[in-house]
Amino acid sequence: MRVGVFICHCGNNIAGTIDVKKVAEEVRKLPGVVYATDYMYTCSEPGQEEIKQAIQNERLDRVVVASCSPRMHELTFRRTVEKAGLNRYFLEMANIREHISWIGEDKELNTKKAIDLVTMAIFKAIKNKPLYSTSFKVNKRVLVIGGGVAGMQAALDCADGGLQVILVEKNPSIGGMMARLDKTFPTIDCSICILGPKMVDVAQHENIKLYTYSEVEDVKGYVGNYQITIRKKATYVDWTKCTGCGECMEKCPSKNAYDYFNFGVAPTRAINIPFPQAIPKKARIDKNYCRQFIKGKCGVCAKICPTGAINYEMQDEIITEDVGAIIVATGYGLIDLEKLPEYGGGRYPDVISGIQYERLLNASGPTSGHILRPSDRTEPKTIVFVSCAGSRDKSIGIPYCSNFCCMYIAKQAILTKDHIPDSQSYVFYMDIRSPGKGYDEFTRRAQEDYGVYYIRGRVSRIYPKGKKMVVRGADTLLGTQVEIEADLVVLGTAVVASQGARELAEKLHISYDTHGFYVESHPKLRPVETNTSGVFLAGANQGPKDIPASVGQGSAAASKVLALFSKDMLESDPAIAVVNPNACVGCLKCLQTCPFGAIQEEELRGGKKVAKVIQTVCAGCGVCTSTCPCGAIQLQHFTDNQILAEVNALCQR
Amino acid sequence: MSEIKPKELRIIGFLCNWCSYGGADTAGVSRFKQPTDLRIIRVPCSGRVDPLFIVKALLNGADGVLVSGCHPRDCHYSDGNFYARRRLEMLKRFLPFIGIDEKRFHYTWVSASEGARWQQVVTNFTKQIHMLGSLHSKTGEQSES
Repeated sequence: MRVGVFICHCGNNIAGTIDVKKVAEEVRKLPGVVYATDYMYTCSEPGQEEIKQAIQNERLDRVVVASCSPRMHELTFRRTVEKAGLNRYFLEMANIREHISWIGEDKELNTKKAIDLVTMAIFKAIKNKPLYSTSFKVNKRVLVIGGGVAGMQAALDCADGGLQVILVEKNPSIGGMMARLDKTFPTIDCSICILGPKMVDVAQHENIKLYTYSEVEDVKGYVGNYQITIRKKATYVDWTKCTGCGECMEKCPSKNAYDYFNFGVAPTRAINIPFPQAIPKKARIDKNYCRQFIKGKCGVCAKICPTGAINYEMQDEIITEDVGAIIVATGYGLIDLEKLPEYGGGRYPDVISGIQYERLLNASGPTSGHILRPSDRTEPKTIVFVSCAGSRDKSIGIPYCSNFCCMYIAKQAILTKDHIPDSQSYVFYMDIRSPGKGYDEFTRRAQEDYGVYYIRGRVSRIYPKGKKMVVRGADTLLGTQVEIEADLVVLGTAVVASQGARELAEKLHISYDTHGFYVESHPKLRPVETNTSGVFLAGANQGPKDIPASVGQGSAAASKVLALFSKDMLESDPAIAVVNPNACVGCLKCLQTCPFGAIQEEELRGGKKVAKVIQTVCAGCGVCTSTCPCGAIQLQHFTDNQILAEVNALCQR
Repeated sequence: MSEIKPKELRIIGFLCNWCSYGGADTAGVSRFKQPTDLRIIRVPCSGRVDPLFIVKALLNGADGVLVSGCHPRDCHYSDGNFYARRRLEMLKRFLPFIGIDEKRFHYTWVSASEGARWQQVVTNFTKQIHMLGSLHSKTGEQSES
């Protein structure tokens, strides 16, 4: 065995707190090690070149790189050794940066630990076996979950690239949050005017299959070959017959249904079309409010519908689709006003959230674009905006900034002045966060040209006084208490993970953080990838994002899928379980425990029954290996002997 | 960390690649200082950890063993961590029979974003092992049992 060891300084990141020369010196004494050196940046081009040279000159057959986490650079160095003619699984890494030099202060102890970790890697490398991947066919269809602006952009880019796209949206119409906005900052462009044509493109694109009012029920398979189960929820309206004329909505006697599209700022009918530009523009019955379902009699919509589309007996439909990759673009949610008791906790009709105000400003909203107070439908003259309503507040578990509230509050204040010229807007803010192209100029315009009064400080309480809402807060710049009698209060509510985000992550086997936002593969360099190969992220499900960022991510995710599908065959990961039929006693405990159904029973020629691994289905978790009572099934690259070699490297007493 | 005696003890960690190893990386990237006793072995899933690895480690020189995987329901491999939980819970009860204090073994769940939590886990477990002292005295006999 001829092992070569390469210890990286990583500039001062490693060499600052680990004596790398000593590590190299010590491990050189170990049996099997013929070469050990240290280098400033092993991952750099000359650093990798040095590994290749050493493999050739020293005839190395195992390589150990001690540097950063293998989660960072394992692939880099695997490629390096492969280029020099070694099997890529002959590389082993010791993580001496994240696990030592960055967390320990004592150089002596760090050096000792580094010697241990490198020794473990050497012991493991010696036990490593060459592994070869096989290739398998890719199903070049892509599933996009979520029909907001990020999902639509991803779907359109994939479809334009020639891929078949399945777009699943849980609401009756695509469009997401952006479809609800009146204008967009910083150009005050009309939101639906720029989104509407995109929505039509999605609906009419020959490569896009659209499932609205549908949810992903189950995900099976692996990159290149996923089987998706989709639940198409019952709308009680036959969409093949519905023309979207809206007559049912006019005549429906149940007038107090919750309007999900308008965030409940005004009620809607039990049968409704969410908004005029809805795609598809079809009616849906909300079972929770429909008299036919509650009282068992009504049937007004069925009588009025000119095409006879109403069907109260409709059932949910289960559909399966096969795809090769998944783009998750499920967007965000907003904190419940009930969680903000100091701002009224949702008890006062004239304290509303920013998105509700957006609907009041919108010409297709419940007030046809006239700003009217929800309580008495009068025009408000004094409007108070409260930014950071819930955001940057550790006490309710939301320590992060919601990204775009500063900007939309400035926009709404400007629009308010346009709608009601004799109005006065006040904005309570912690900091004005406007780091974007033309963003800071925009917030200044609100203050300078539109006379919006910005008060730096937090609001402590909002309470009613007659017809007014009293907003009490502090002005920290003047060092005084402020009390404003407002007609309407608009809260810049915190962005939270969308409802069901965690459950979906569990179906997709992707991770989420403590707030429920999805975790990308690398925060800087792999922003749309997840740790599950073939699953990509786009938009605000990964953290609060404004429209340009979401659109950018949608396109980025699409380009990742297009790159993935540019090959007809994908290489499988050979680090999967393999059965030794001679040792297998056919108890099939592995078959019972395998989470992926990757094991089947096989009869050998002599009639002996043994377990067999279906190569393409095995995901390489190794649950079977720890289950097998006779060590007959071994997860390659993590066999019992390989892991025990690492244990033995440490425990030789 | 001043309560921890300067002499290091031998602690082995088995960490799943997707959550806890990532969490330990996150702790490193965030420079969350930790005691240096722990040596981490990377496995694909906590379900890959054979209880025998832990027993072998404890019998052959380790003073403590820590296993960490993805949070329940968040396993990269659907339910590998549920298998791990069953096995490791069994192991915990079995350790006293071979004369090893069950406090020398701990299993937990840390996600890839929980760097601060990983720092806590390592610090607390290292403290606990230092309180128990070395499992293997110089004469080769176990200091307890």
